[in-house]
Amino acid sequence: MSDHTGRGAATSADEAPPSPVRPAFTTPSTEDGVIVNLGPSHPATHGTLQIVAELSGERVVRADVHCGYLHRGFEKECEAHNWHNLIPYVDRLNYCSALINDFAYCEAVETLMGIEITPRTRYLRTLLSEYSRIADHITCIAAAVMEVGAMTAFLYLMTIRDYMYEHLADLTGARVTHSYGRIGGLAHDLPEGWIERLEQILDEYEEYVGRVHGLLDRNRIFIDRTRDVGVISTADAIHWGYTGPILRSTGAPRDLRKDTPYLAYGELDFEVPVGIKGDNYDRYFVRMREMDESVYMIRQLIELLPPGPINVDDRRCTFPEKAQVYGEIEALINHFKLVSEGPQVPAGEVYLAHEGANGELGFYLVSDGSGTPWKVHVRAPSFVHMGGLHKLLEGYQLADVVATFGTVNMIGGECDR
Amino acid sequence: MGTGHFEILREQLAQDHEAVITHGLVAVVLPREDLLAVATRLKASLGFDLFLDVTAVDWPQRTPRFEVVYHFYSTRDFVRVRLKTTVPEDDPVVDSLVSLYGSAGFMERECHDMYGIRFRGNPDLRPILLYEGFEGHPLRKDYPKEREQPLVRYRT
Repeated sequence: MSDHTGRGAATSADEAPPSPVRPAFTTPSTEDGVIVNLGPSHPATHGTLQIVAELSGERVVRADVHCGYLHRGFEKECEAHNWHNLIPYVDRLNYCSALINDFAYCEAVETLMGIEITPRTRYLRTLLSEYSRIADHITCIAAAVMEVGAMTAFLYLMTIRDYMYEHLADLTGARVTHSYGRIGGLAHDLPEGWIERLEQILDEYEEYVGRVHGLLDRNRIFIDRTRDVGVISTADAIHWGYTGPILRSTGAPRDLRKDTPYLAYGELDFEVPVGIKGDNYDRYFVRMREMDESVYMIRQLIELLPPGPINVDDRRCTFPEKAQVYGEIEALINHFKLVSEGPQVPAGEVYLAHEGANGELGFYLVSDGSGTPWKVHVRAPSFVHMGGLHKLLEGYQLADVVATFGTVNMIGGECDR
Repeated sequence: MGTGHFEILREQLAQDHEAVITHGLVAVVLPREDLLAVATRLKASLGFDLFLDVTAVDWPQRTPRFEVVYHFYSTRDFVRVRLKTTVPEDDPVVDSLVSLYGSAGFMERECHDMYGIRFRGNPDLRPILLYEGFEGHPLRKDYPKEREQPLVRYRT
């Protein structure tokens, strides 16, 4: 730990850069108070986040959360590229569940263009969103429980996640940032044997997650670290903008997949798991149960998946067949225009939200009618959650900061953009 | 949520302002003086308890130059409302909603960072995604994308 100005890492005084943040408080409010600084590069926080905390003994009295260390100018960069080129960028928002970002972005553009995707794509996107959700929840739980000492559970969960990443790489060519969505469809159809391997992985998932349940659910150490720690009420959670598993852990069954069904969720049978009192244990358990529901949904979707084309037959966004591009002048011009100018999106604005793994992932797009977006704004759940993080930290032990921060699942890519 | 509910909501909001149903939400355009009053009404009597988002849109060729856009969600009725107001370049001030919604705090800070919109009543407009001493507002259209302001000198 360094002093609260965040300059602990500087080597010599004249080389020290100015502090990037101005803490909300620099003097303790009581006589025995101490101000400590955690992060931004702290070994126990997976995510670049700085917390300036005032302690009384080992209890956190006040916490001042600073994010932005991973800011890459995502929204500015988006205004310089055409609508198609943004798909790899949105992958890098929540990189634990890149496909959900892809599909939410594509659907927002499709809404502006008035495109209805094909049935096969609709079911495939639903299936892959749920698959991504499992990967995201696994990442969150594995890291969170490892930070309170459950190394075995971490390795079990990472085993499954690696099966899933390799399996997604078979489909998309990349393990983490897939860039698989396309405006009006998907990059390509499923390869041979993909569904069979998916079923195998789901069976293995159940075996491994069963072991994790056995290791943790009634584990005295785990319960002591998580039960009644980082508690938030439903009213507070809504006031501070919490959505997703954190809001559900407080007992409110709010889930966009159920409340405002999109893609194929309206046709699926699933439950919305909720917690009891919104503490760390509930957040762990809600995520575990949500993964089970996702597996149940994927199994339904395998049965429902219809044959047919995956890309809409719309020359404004879908590339013509290669054979046509080489043989017909119209197709060649169409291809050229799509690459050089991008899809022409009618002027207008849209706010479209999907239930991301962390909560409401919203895209607010403004088009001026050209092939380049006028504005792309992301309502990133992690960023909003950081605004209320102090509510979860204040009043608990300093050591609980790490446990709570783990279950909140802050993803730097989408928080800082 | 059926279209009937949307229509009722639109009529309720259209009493004083222009309100339309667009892409699954009710969009209201209003002058900035009315913003706080309408937001208070949304929260107190129409059930919009979740503050989703605030951002701005820069239109350098228009007067007034900036649009400030708010999104609200009702966890009771599952509908969204968008409030949109405009502010001029020489006086980019709107009322803050932190007195109604805690989550507005961080999002207004971000909007202040990126567009220089000031939120009257928000006591904490420190930089959040940017850093202390950053000059300008990067999401304004007149901020060049290539302009860099590194806090730590590049290694040569």
